[in-house]
Amino acid sequence: MTMGTVYALLGAALAVILSGMGSAYGVGIAGQAASGVVSEDPSKFAKVLIMQLLPGTQGIYGLLVGFIALSKIGVLNGEPAQLSTSTGLLFLAACLPIAIVGLVSGRNQGKTSVSAIGIVAKKPDQFGKAMLFPAMVETYAILALLVSILAVQGVPV
Amino acid sequence: MAVVSMKKLHLCAMKHDRKAVLETLQSLGVVEICLDEVEDENFKKMNTVTPRNQLDKHVQNTDNALEILEKYVPEKKGLLASLEGKKDVAKASMDEVIEKHHAYNRTVYKILDIEHGINTCEANIAKSEVAIESLTPWIDMDIPINTVSTKYTKVFIGSLPPEYDEGAVYALIAERAPEVDSADVHIISRDKDQSCIVAVCLDKDADDMHDALRSGGFTRIATYSRKTPKEKIEQHKSFIVKDKEKIENLTKKLEKYDSDRDTLKLLSDYYTIRSEKYRVLGELLQTENTFMITGFIPEDKAESVEKRLNDNFNLYLEMTDVSDKDKVPVLLKNKSLFASAEGVLESFGLPGKGELDPTAPMSICYIILFGLMLSDAAYGLIVFIACLVLLKKFPKMGDALKKSISLFMYCGLSTLFWGVLFGGYFGDAISVITRVFFGKEVVVKPVWFAPLDNPMKMLLVSLAIGLVHLFFGLILKGVKCIKDKDFIGLISDVVSWLLLIAGLIMMLMPTSLFASIAGAQINFSEGLKTASYVITIAGALIILVMSGRDHKNPALRLALGLYDLYGLTSWLSDLLSYSRLLALGLATGVIAQVVNQMGSMLGASVPGVIVFILVFIIGHVFNMAINLLGAYVHTCRLQYVEFFGKFYEGGGERFTPFKEETKYVTVKKNIKL
Repeated sequence: MTMGTVYALLGAALAVILSGMGSAYGVGIAGQAASGVVSEDPSKFAKVLIMQLLPGTQGIYGLLVGFIALSKIGVLNGEPAQLSTSTGLLFLAACLPIAIVGLVSGRNQGKTSVSAIGIVAKKPDQFGKAMLFPAMVETYAILALLVSILAVQGVPV
Repeated sequence: MAVVSMKKLHLCAMKHDRKAVLETLQSLGVVEICLDEVEDENFKKMNTVTPRNQLDKHVQNTDNALEILEKYVPEKKGLLASLEGKKDVAKASMDEVIEKHHAYNRTVYKILDIEHGINTCEANIAKSEVAIESLTPWIDMDIPINTVSTKYTKVFIGSLPPEYDEGAVYALIAERAPEVDSADVHIISRDKDQSCIVAVCLDKDADDMHDALRSGGFTRIATYSRKTPKEKIEQHKSFIVKDKEKIENLTKKLEKYDSDRDTLKLLSDYYTIRSEKYRVLGELLQTENTFMITGFIPEDKAESVEKRLNDNFNLYLEMTDVSDKDKVPVLLKNKSLFASAEGVLESFGLPGKGELDPTAPMSICYIILFGLMLSDAAYGLIVFIACLVLLKKFPKMGDALKKSISLFMYCGLSTLFWGVLFGGYFGDAISVITRVFFGKEVVVKPVWFAPLDNPMKMLLVSLAIGLVHLFFGLILKGVKCIKDKDFIGLISDVVSWLLLIAGLIMMLMPTSLFASIAGAQINFSEGLKTASYVITIAGALIILVMSGRDHKNPALRLALGLYDLYGLTSWLSDLLSYSRLLALGLATGVIAQVVNQMGSMLGASVPGVIVFILVFIIGHVFNMAINLLGAYVHTCRLQYVEFFGKFYEGGGERFTPFKEETKYVTVKKNIKL
C-alpha cells in the first residue's frame, strides 16, 4: 500500500466525516426545534419534519463524493490502485470542498431550519417561503459538491 | 391559465331579511364579503359576540363529545383514513339535525356527563391506590389505625426515619426521656424511607414520650380510620373494584351512542356554519331598517347570484366593475394538469395586482425539473402508481391534497422519462442482480447517456436547461409588457437581456474554455462571431441607456444603467444554481448504487438473496424518500428564486368566499349555479 492510496482514502474519509458532522449537527438542532413545535401542535409534524431533513443533504453529498473517490481508487472491488503520493494528494484536495463546506453549511443550514420551523409554528401557510431560507444555504454545498465531483472524476489514476 | 376576473357586489336590503339573505349567500358560497367597513353615525355594526360565543361553545362541546366517543368507542378506520375527505350528506338529513338540534345537543351533554363520571371514577381509583400504597407498610398492625389510648396507656402510631430499629427507638427514649418506664415499642415494618412503629406508654409518661419520639423525627400516621390497616386496604380494594365496574358500565353506555356519531358530526358542522354566519353578521353595516353588504364575486357567477337574490328578496343589488383602489381577492382557474401546481404557486404567493397567473408555464417546468432531479425510472414508476392509486381510491380527499398528489403523479411520469434517458432503474440494480445472482451481467443501456460516466456533459445539459428556464421567465415578463402595452419596457428590460445573454453565450461557445468543458470544439464562422459581438454590445447598450429611464439626470441614468449591467453577475449565479440538477440526479444514482452494492456483498447464496432483498427494500425506500424530499425542495427553489425572480412578484390575497365551512361533512346542495 503506497502513501498515495492512504492520502486518497483520507480524502474520501474526510468528505464523509466532515460533511456528515455538519449534517448531524444541523439535523440535530432542527430536530429539537421540531419536537418543540410538535409537542404543541402534532398536526404540523409533516411540515416540520421536512424542515428538519433539509440540512441532512450535506452528509449525503459527502457520501456521494466519498463513494466516487473509493470506487476510483478501487477500494470497493478489493484491488486498491497503487497511487503515487501526488495522485493521492490530488484526491485529498478534490475531496476538501465538500468536506469543509459540507461541515459549515450543514451547521448553518440547521440554524436556518430552526428559524424556519419558527415560521411554520406561527404561520403554517407560509411553509413555501419558510422552506426557501434553508434551501438558500444549501446552494453552497451544492457548488462545493459540484467541484468535488468534477475534481475527483478528473484525477488521472 | 387565468386569474378569475371579479365583480364588486353592493347590496342593500331590509333588516328583517338579513338572516335569510346571509344564509342564501352562505350556501351559495361564491361571495367574499368585505368585513372592514367603518361605522359612522348612520351605519352601525351589530354586536353578535354573545350568540357567537354560545355557538362556539356548542361546537366545542360537540367536538369534545365526538372525541370522547372516539376514545372509548373507536371508529374502525383504515391506515389512510385521513385521505378520505369529508363525507357527502343529503340536505334532508342536515335539515333534520337543524330541526332537532336541541335534542341532539342534549345527547352531547349526556356524553359529556358520562365522561365526567368516568373521570371521577378514575380519580377515585387513583386516590385509593395511593391510600393502599401508604397503608401497605402498616398491614401487619392489628389494631385500629386511630387508636390513641387504652384505659391506662397512650399509643403512638407513626413513622420514624428509616435508621431506627427497635433497639434504637428504646435508646432514643432512654436518652431523651429517662424518667419514662415501661415503654413498649413495636416495629411494624422498615423500608428505605421510613420505620413504622407502634409505641405504648403509661398515661403519665405520655408527654415526655411524645417529646422524645418527636426529637427523633416521629410523625403520626396520616390516615384516620377506625379500621385496622388490613381492613382499610381491603375496603379501598373493594372501592377500586366498584369504580372499575362503574367505568365499565359507563363505557357500555357510551357504546350506545356509537350510532349517534354521524349525527353529532352534522350537529357540530351546523353550529360551525351558524357561528360563521353570526361572525359576518356582526361586521355588516346596518341602519334602523336596512343593512348593507359589499363584497367580491367571480364575474361568471354574478348574473345567477343576482337573479337568485332578486327573485327571493326585496332588495337593491348592484354589480360594478372593480376599481384600481380595490384590493381584489385572487381566484385561480386552471385546467387539470396546470391546476395541480396551484398549491406550489400559492405557497410562494398568488398573483398581485395586474400580474398574469404563471401556474401553467410553471407547472410544466416544475414537472420537468422534478423528474430531472429524481431521474430514476423505477422510482418514477413507483411514485406515479402510488399517486394514481391514492387518487382513484380516495376521490373525496381535500382539494389542496388532491392537487399536490396529482402534481406528484405527473412528476413521477417525468421521473420515469428522465430515468429511461439516463438509464437508472433502482440505480444499477439490473446489472448488479444479473451479475451476482445469474452470473451473466445484463446492462441496460441508457437511451441518452449515463450522467455518472460523463458528469461534464450532464453539467452542460443542466445549465442549458437552466438557461431555457430563465429565458422562459424573461419571455413571460415580455408577455406581461405586451399585455400592458409597455413596449419601451419590453425592449429595454426583456429584449436587451435576451440579446446580451445570447450574445455572450455565442461568444463563449467557440472558446477553448467551453471546448474543455464540452469536450468538443465548436467553430463559428467569422460572420457568426461578428454577429455575436454585435448582439452582445447592442444588448449591453440598451441596458446601459434605458435602465434608468425614469430619471432625467443623464449621469444618474447612466450610473443606474451600469448598476443594472452589474446584474449580469446575478444571471451567472442563477445559471450556476441549476448545477443542482446534476448534483441531485447523481445523488439518487450513487446512493442507489451503494445500496445495491451493499446488498449484493454476500454473493449468490440463500442468505445472500435474503440479505439482498432486505437491504434492497429498506435502502431504496430510504433513498427514494430522501431524494423525493430533495427534489421537491430544490424544484420549488428553482421556481421561486430563479424563475419567478425574472418576472413574478406575487402578493395577491386569496379569494375566501363566505360559505359553509365545515369540518366533517359536505352537505349536498340542490342549488346549482
